[in-house]
Amino acid sequence: MAKAAQASSSAVQRVSLLRVLGPAHVWALGVGIVLVGEYTGWNFAADKGGTLAALIICWVIGLLYTSVAMIDSEVTSTVAAAGGQYAQAKHIVGPLMAFNVALYLVFAYTMLEVSNAILIADTIKAYAGEGFTDWHYRGVIATVIVVLAALNYRGVLMTLNVNFVITAIAYLAIIVLFFSVQPWSQGAVLKLGEMVTPENALPYGWIGVIAAFHWGIWYYLGIEGTTQAAEEVRSPARSLPYGTMAGMITLLIGASLTWYICASLMPWQYLGFTYYPLLDAGKLTGSAALETMMFVATILAALASANGCINDAARAWFSLGRDRYLPQWFSAVHPRYRTPYRSILFLLPIALAFAFIANLGQAITFSILSGILQYTFMSINIIKFRQKWPLGTIRRGYTHPFHPLPAIVLFILCVVTYFAIFLGYGAQLTAMVVFYIVMSLWFHFYRYRYVRRGDQFTMPWPKPNGY
Amino acid sequence: MAKYTPPEQSKAMQWVDIIFVVAAIFFALWFPLWMGWAGVSRAIEKIDNPTWEALGQTPAQVEQWVKLGFADAAAAHDIIQNKFDYHIDWMQLIILAIVIIGYFVFLFQASDKEYREVIDEKFNGK
Repeated sequence: MAKAAQASSSAVQRVSLLRVLGPAHVWALGVGIVLVGEYTGWNFAADKGGTLAALIICWVIGLLYTSVAMIDSEVTSTVAAAGGQYAQAKHIVGPLMAFNVALYLVFAYTMLEVSNAILIADTIKAYAGEGFTDWHYRGVIATVIVVLAALNYRGVLMTLNVNFVITAIAYLAIIVLFFSVQPWSQGAVLKLGEMVTPENALPYGWIGVIAAFHWGIWYYLGIEGTTQAAEEVRSPARSLPYGTMAGMITLLIGASLTWYICASLMPWQYLGFTYYPLLDAGKLTGSAALETMMFVATILAALASANGCINDAARAWFSLGRDRYLPQWFSAVHPRYRTPYRSILFLLPIALAFAFIANLGQAITFSILSGILQYTFMSINIIKFRQKWPLGTIRRGYTHPFHPLPAIVLFILCVVTYFAIFLGYGAQLTAMVVFYIVMSLWFHFYRYRYVRRGDQFTMPWPKPNGY
Repeated sequence: MAKYTPPEQSKAMQWVDIIFVVAAIFFALWFPLWMGWAGVSRAIEKIDNPTWEALGQTPAQVEQWVKLGFADAAAAHDIIQNKFDYHIDWMQLIILAIVIIGYFVFLFQASDKEYREVIDEKFNGK
């Protein structure tokens, strides 16, 4: 009986993920995860440094993420495996780095999922009135997380088709709002000159601009998630760079429009305080139709993001189990739906627990902390990648230009962002890094004994330089 | 290099590892919340009997506050006067820098040691 069960389990683990995704799905996965950042979170940058600081970091952090997207596109179009940056770290830096990167991904995406569920509950609560009790609030959070986990359990194609549709609607809502407020005619609806004045543009001076980097990450956090589906994309060398770069352009435009609308409609103190700036912008136009549209779009953006986050976090966790970095039990693929169902189910209660004990700002900060650790790794990873396999030694689906400039820019901006997070969340950042140190010691001195050494390198590449 | 054959892990030990990981995750996320470490560097600079002028709001800004449901200056007072204090605790900053740099140095060095084993086995030491 035990043997039969073991054989059955092995058979289940041999089932592979389905290659069914195209560039549009890659775009939907990346933008779907990130777009909620325009609906909430970025505006806390205004709280830390003023409205002008929020604009400055919108573009500077845009530069950080353009570097991330360029670097990521090159490495991922070459290392097309589930787990994205995890698979990259495994082939380029080593198992311990890969283990850490997978934990960054799981933390970043699970906490982002938590943030989305909280945002949906807060948005509904704002409109539901007195009858909306704490139990209703928790019920909304639980429903969002459980239903989306069920959708992910059911299949990746359906999950990302849903994401494509709701992401497109949420993005279109920003465009419609932008043209509805007559951006060509300041004073009609928008009052940028009266909301942002020389006296209040940078209320804390340049230290406020630095501090705003913390929340500026939220404009784009998660675009690198496009690589998580690498093993399920039909043509990764083409689809991943195309989908990622198209996603980045989409987001840069969306972020700039969002800032312009919100900065022109509300005082900076309120902008830095609200949980749903675009919804408030809809309200301030005085149009009930626009307000309703932004209410629906806020919910859809949060749903799309949470949906993509469950997809990505589960694949990173699945990869850890498959490579024995964690117990192999996690590496099972559903025999019918071909999804990493045990990983999806395992992460579900963790997301639920933190959705109930953290608030929106705290959950976002947890996510940002893991994200910035990951970007630091990426800046060093690309340097090592080019050193170990110089151009021409292996086939690359895409080669990013100006190397090593994007890597240097990315590294410098990461250092600035660590300092920004320190201004307000220093102890939290230290505690989180201590956690990663403890997990690294556990892996290096204990768990690594269960890892098959040679199996960690699966790409058909020549031996790396220097080894 | 001889091929490394890892030991088989028992079901019970797999569960021990899972429990350890879950406990570590919860501790890392919950402990800072429990300690109240998140976003503490701000305070409300109180103004008695506030007016919109005292809060530094122009007529156009007041109009927007009212549309957002803040009937008077007192209602918006705590939001407007909740200010960050950006003084730098240098000792805490140095500790943070040491922790982050130490973490990445250990990470890359230990990873490189493991990576050499991987490459040796994959390419049979050639």
